[in-house]
Amino acid sequence: MTTHSQQQRREAMPGSSLQDSLVALSGVTKTFGAVRALAGVDLSVGPGECIGLVGHNGAGKSTLMQILAGTLRPTDGRYDLGGETVALSDVSVSKAQGVGIRCVFQELSLCPNLTATENVRVRHAALSGFGWRKRAAKLLTEALDDIFPGHGISPGATVGDLSLGRRQMVEIAINFIATESSHPRLVILDEPTSSLDQSVASQLLAYARRFVEAGGSIILISHILGDIFSTAGRIVVMRDGAVVADRPASEFDRASLVAAMGHVAEDDEDEALAHAAKARIGEPVVIARPPKQANGAAVSLHRGEIVGLAGLAGHGQTALLRLVQHAAYHRSRLAEVRGRIAFVAGDRQSDGVFPLWSIGENVTIRSLPALSRLGFVSSAREAAMEAEWKDTLKIRTPDMDDNILTLSGGNQQKALFARALGSDAEIIAMDDPMRGVDVGTKREVYERIRKEAGEGRSFLWYTTEFDELLHCDHVYVFREGRIVAELDRGELTEEKVLQSSFDEAAA
Amino acid sequence: MARLDPKLLRAAVPALSLALLLVAIFIIQPRTMSYFGLNLMLNLALPIAFATMAQLFILTVNDLDLSIGGFVSMVACIAATWLNETPLLGIAALIASIAAYAALGALIHLRNLPSIVVTLGMSFVWLGCAVLLLPSPGGAAPDWLTAIVKFKMPFVPLAIVASAVLGLVVHFGLMRSAGGVVLRASGGNPQAVAKAGWSLLKLKVTMYALAGTFGVLSGLILVGTTTSADANIALRYTLLSIAGVILGGGEFTGGRVSPIGAVLGALTLALVGSLLSFLRISPEWQIGAQGLMLIVVLALRSLVNRFEERAQ
Repeated sequence: MTTHSQQQRREAMPGSSLQDSLVALSGVTKTFGAVRALAGVDLSVGPGECIGLVGHNGAGKSTLMQILAGTLRPTDGRYDLGGETVALSDVSVSKAQGVGIRCVFQELSLCPNLTATENVRVRHAALSGFGWRKRAAKLLTEALDDIFPGHGISPGATVGDLSLGRRQMVEIAINFIATESSHPRLVILDEPTSSLDQSVASQLLAYARRFVEAGGSIILISHILGDIFSTAGRIVVMRDGAVVADRPASEFDRASLVAAMGHVAEDDEDEALAHAAKARIGEPVVIARPPKQANGAAVSLHRGEIVGLAGLAGHGQTALLRLVQHAAYHRSRLAEVRGRIAFVAGDRQSDGVFPLWSIGENVTIRSLPALSRLGFVSSAREAAMEAEWKDTLKIRTPDMDDNILTLSGGNQQKALFARALGSDAEIIAMDDPMRGVDVGTKREVYERIRKEAGEGRSFLWYTTEFDELLHCDHVYVFREGRIVAELDRGELTEEKVLQSSFDEAAA
Repeated sequence: MARLDPKLLRAAVPALSLALLLVAIFIIQPRTMSYFGLNLMLNLALPIAFATMAQLFILTVNDLDLSIGGFVSMVACIAATWLNETPLLGIAALIASIAAYAALGALIHLRNLPSIVVTLGMSFVWLGCAVLLLPSPGGAAPDWLTAIVKFKMPFVPLAIVASAVLGLVVHFGLMRSAGGVVLRASGGNPQAVAKAGWSLLKLKVTMYALAGTFGVLSGLILVGTTTSADANIALRYTLLSIAGVILGGGEFTGGRVSPIGAVLGALTLALVGSLLSFLRISPEWQIGAQGLMLIVVLALRSLVNRFEERAQ
């Protein structure tokens, strides 16, 4: 920290010149193991700027923001704070907070067991000593009154007792609080309006505009394009871990922004995909209505069909799969399932593999009743099933008795597919099963799914990749826990899926 | 809804349980309603209250301490031998054992180990040390310690005053002070606390060191009361302390604890034994009866919880 740079910053405050940036990244990369989350990103934020950041799930937005806020260290690149380069090993939350960078994280970072006031204290270390509680409550109330007039939140309320929307309001207010030792200069809002209702969300956006006019900076990440257009002066588009567009907001319109986010599907897909939409005849084997659905819309799956569930991640697709699976064994008010069901997990670590078991045991677990006689599992039949599926799905291992974790991610996923496909299930629910799977494996599995569907099995497939929807006969797009669009194979385009995934009701 | 605040009800359950129990005891055995009677009943409750507080610190950070009983036993053995014969060595040993507790906290955090496993293992270590120090029951408490614990306060028995002070001190330290808020926050949402720039390691070590300190206090008070020690003297404290915290309105996870409730819970559990004796239930049945009462109270708690959920 030299006085020189501080002076520079002060001079930069009134005008908003891009040279005196608050924070600047150049050529920043971030890898997690073999996964490349950021592939050389350049981004600089000057005072008095409001940047809208858009992109698909997994485009690297959240990773980038965590690096800006200092919670993640870049693998490589340059990180400048207030005009000074920070060594990558020195990147830390306190450094970023020191220049006034605050981040409202997507997953709420409040402590539910504490009161709102106490959460202010956790975030602002300076609040201590005699009377801290009063001071914290005052700061919080002022910030809340400023941003959300008429909020009706008592600072003494336990956060766990507040509704999701109110928790979000407290979280936002805490990040805009200025204490003697720390002023907010850049506030990152990661999907801030997702749990706020319309009127509160517009209060927030109005406040953000006032904050920017007063010389502060905002980075707004939102899937509601209307919010981006109404608030941001500059729009940055990310795709596959890189910034693909960085231009003034006025140069974008809705269509060009969606086009910048998406990529045109390559036409080299085999003609097997070009099958026409099948007529939906007969009784469906699954009918399921999302719990939040207000109108009568419901997901229906017929025998031999592949039905895709699309939309942004975490908008109720996995919940629907779980609902369907539950309904197969229990009575449910929302779903009706005729037939046996098997589940292919996408989050292998948390609900897919049994990490201490062998590959073979991981494959046969769903079929043990069918493989046993008089209550004992027949090891001969078990071995036969293991061998059959090793060949069918080409699981690359010398021995099915090896531990499941000796396999690569893609092959682990194949074992999970084998578990479902080898079972007696007639309906297979898949929870974005291709996460982190290589292209070769994907093709093998797609082929297998189409073949099985041809033989009368039904697939319910949640996917975040548009290309996978091309394999589906029928697609339901989800947003905020509801079905917002229903597309037949023939009318399916990436544009339509994106349009429905992002709120069309522009504020 | 505003008629009965569920939060108030939750806080009131431990106090009501204790009051109910005391009334029952007073009715069955009116002579207990005296300075001497209360002192006699509550003397043995005080070390349990301190052990419960030690457990509360560990539960606050989402861990569980299965070694507190063994630890208190060991402290009692140190107090009845070294502290009496060679006070300097005794004090050094007690300080070292607190440091060991803090080190356990660091180990559990750094290696991301399950606290249950580590403390279960340590319970045998503590017990082994206790047996090495005092192979057969005996030893003698230092006179100054006995004098402190048996000090006769005017009007109100020392045990009651000490319990109240214990509850209030921890309440202000953990629930009201700025530092205590951060300690509890690390149980509620550790990632958020780390993102706000606090060191989770320091927080956890602090909690374990506090637990060690209160464990030492518990052992000292215990020896002061009994005047001699035994390697197995406090083994049941492990489960009693967990039950005491839960009875007092605490939760196993999420950093939701209540120090005052925990003291009340510990006293309740200690008094249940007295009640059962007055009912002439033979000691063989007492443990089972204690367990049953615990289940009843916890069932009551879950009813309150459900009421809370519905009120929301």
